[in-house]
Amino acid sequence: MSQLIVHFLVGGVIVSVFAVLGDITYPKGFAGLFAAAPSVAIATLSLTLAAKGPGFAALEARSMIVGEVAFVAYAASCTYCLGVRHTRAAPTSLLLLPLWAAVAGGLYALILA
Amino acid sequence: MPIELNLGALKRTRWHEYLVRFVLGGLITAFAGWVASRYGAVPGGLLLAFPAIFPASATLLEKHEQAKKRRAGISSTIRGRLAAGLEARGAVMGAIGGMGFGALVWKLLPQGSPGLTLLLALVSWLAISSLLWYVRKHHPWARSVRSGLRRP
Repeated sequence: MSQLIVHFLVGGVIVSVFAVLGDITYPKGFAGLFAAAPSVAIATLSLTLAAKGPGFAALEARSMIVGEVAFVAYAASCTYCLGVRHTRAAPTSLLLLPLWAAVAGGLYALILA
Repeated sequence: MPIELNLGALKRTRWHEYLVRFVLGGLITAFAGWVASRYGAVPGGLLLAFPAIFPASATLLEKHEQAKKRRAGISSTIRGRLAAGLEARGAVMGAIGGMGFGALVWKLLPQGSPGLTLLLALVSWLAISSLLWYVRKHHPWARSVRSGLRRP
């Protein structure tokens, strides 16, 4: 339980730092890079390294590459919906999250499992 | 347009908007840690690339852009949605950079210094993503195939 709390706090701080960097950066197209910053990865890998060693963390990083492919599909779909179809940001970005899960899960089943 | 840092933008964000992103980031990181310890590093690693920041920042950006227009007396605008679309396009490039981050950590971590590896991977993420953004913005070919997105 205490380990989960440490993950929560470290992850919250690192994600917030990247989110603030995105807020203060202009132009907004460039600030978008920070919306896909490896903030959860940095938090998780740092804690995993300390608890389980570099071998376990390296395996997590390999899976992360597959997760990033899913992120590209998710963000490209958001770009189309928001920029071309002019849908609202909150429902678009939330309703497309299952797309990330489907692509990540599909690639996991095909490549990693 | 050159890349700028505008600290004044921090004043537009309310304390509860910071809190939402802190809690979401914390929850995703805790969940990723739980999945990795229960089901192993391979499924747990997928969550390292979960879009933790994007939904909240795109929503805030749309809201702030709409508020700016409302203050200028324009009640109905798609400017906020276009700005969120531009941010999403940047996120595509950030995610491609994230693949470079993952590949470097995967290959270098078992042999190198952990701290140095993470730092090198972070610098590589920023370099790859920024280069893609620069090429997308300035290359004549990219300009000629620009989609319906317009700069807000």
